[in-house]
Amino acid sequence: MDQELKREIIMENYLHPYNKEKVSDDKYINVNSNNESCIDNIDLQVLIDDDKIVDIRFMGEACAISTASTSIMIKELIGKTTEEALKMIENFENMVEEEEYDKELLAEALVFDDIFKQKSRKTCATLPYVGIKKALNEYRNEKNGNC
Amino acid sequence: MHREDFLMLNKDIIYFDNAATSLKPKCVVDKICEYYNEYSANAHRGDYDISYKVDLEYENTRDLVKDFINAKNKQEIVFTSGATESLNLVVNGFFGPLIEPDDEILITKSEHASNVLPWFRLAKKTKAKIKYINLDSAYEVTLENVQKAITPKTKIIALAQVTNVIGDIRPIKQICKLAHDHNIFVVVDGAQSVAHMPVDVQNMDCDFFTFSAHKCLGPTGVGVLYGKLELLEQLEPTNLGGGMNESFEDEEQVMLKSLPLRLEAGTPNIEGVIGFGEAIKYLEKIGMDNIASYEKSLKEFLIDKLSKISFIDIINIKAKSGIVTFNVDNIFSQDVAYYLNKYNVCVRAGSHCAKMLKNETGIKNTCRISLYFYNTKEEIDKLVELLEDKEKIIKEMF
Ligand SMILES: Cc1ncc(COP(=O)(O)O)c(C=O)c1O
Repeated sequence: MDQELKREIIMENYLHPYNKEKVSDDKYINVNSNNESCIDNIDLQVLIDDDKIVDIRFMGEACAISTASTSIMIKELIGKTTEEALKMIENFENMVEEEEYDKELLAEALVFDDIFKQKSRKTCATLPYVGIKKALNEYRNEKNGNC
Repeated sequence: MHREDFLMLNKDIIYFDNAATSLKPKCVVDKICEYYNEYSANAHRGDYDISYKVDLEYENTRDLVKDFINAKNKQEIVFTSGATESLNLVVNGFFGPLIEPDDEILITKSEHASNVLPWFRLAKKTKAKIKYINLDSAYEVTLENVQKAITPKTKIIALAQVTNVIGDIRPIKQICKLAHDHNIFVVVDGAQSVAHMPVDVQNMDCDFFTFSAHKCLGPTGVGVLYGKLELLEQLEPTNLGGGMNESFEDEEQVMLKSLPLRLEAGTPNIEGVIGFGEAIKYLEKIGMDNIASYEKSLKEFLIDKLSKISFIDIINIKAKSGIVTFNVDNIFSQDVAYYLNKYNVCVRAGSHCAKMLKNETGIKNTCRISLYFYNTKEEIDKLVELLEDKEKIIKEMF
């Protein structure tokens, strides 16, 4: 992806983030994700039904990279099964950590394929993924009945 | 002023994060090396020349600190690991045994975590109460609001002399007078003040005063607790061990040393204390009045320029210290800091450890510029040039 296009996608998702609104519905799993090393702080609300991610919302204050990354992640994950989601998350983390990954699985999230060049911003890009993993864990624990 | 003394300034950076920590002049770094290279021994125990020299240097810093803040007596100066430890020591060692259920502790929402959390825990443990002095519309503390917050139950007022986000200079002397008229103790957090203005603890008449060396040109890991002698005498050491006891036979027979060593258990940060002495000498040579007035002129220059930028919101425009807190409209503070960093301009973004302040200002995160005497108008020009161009900020913020 060329740099201009990447910028455009990041800006678009920062200025008009997808699903940046809270719902009050106790079927959603609520998790918080914050960066201890900086000031990004987001709350995710995740609705999973029968192993399928039905909806994700977010709230909070975060930088351009974190916000855009959250928005893109949400768009990519809605509609996926929890297993597909975990696969995408793993691929994203591999990309950020400069390990092997499958481009096909990341779609728009590929805008962060060179974020590793800005060391201090790696944790901004992965912030929502830390949160969604917590939510998926919680879902699994609940399903298995061991809370 | 005096930029040539700071090797860090050869690195082509513009350092505007002095409220977090200051740069160190070469003489301080050299003094620390001198200790390790020429008389590296422990303090307060040797009977040989180099150990004696350590004692002289270490205790010389105590004298320098005493004069620097105009304490009456050198026994009133206790070395700690920093302002945070100093505050914890007063809270737990002095007020811990003294405080009673329903006693009130007055603080503000703009205090640094280190002047909040120790009080929270004390209050929780003892069923004392935390009360807040209202801030005025500029988020500052007025004598009137202190007066209003005092009740017959108030036991302690704990305030920063200068706060690290709003940067307001509190009328501590008047507050102490008012407090003492009501038999209230005053603890002053001097972390953001001593490096920037003349401080006179006797004139202020505070009961305790705390600060860190690293914000005033000294090394990290060293701090000071000043307390009035008769109060320090009652402060129970929270650390026990070597260096602070006179003798012990069994648990019934433990004799402690006199002040201030009683409160300095264990091998202290010797290099740090010795280096700090050099920092104080250096500051005194420039003169705290000169530093204060130079900083004031820089600050006015900065405010004048920043306030002309329509999309910049200065949160503490009235504050008198060298701290300027702002936001660029619709841009997250960290993105602004990140953008400035691309041009080697160091500013801080975040809540700056004053996490309750957002309840007052409605603003959670800000960018903070904090000046010191080695900053220049040219550096401010450069900063302003970078901030004037919003398109550029947006284009380069990631
Ligand atoms: C107002 C205030 N109080 C206390 C502290 C704590 O200082 P230290 O971290 O050196 O212990 C700071 C440091 O940022 C401060 O700004």
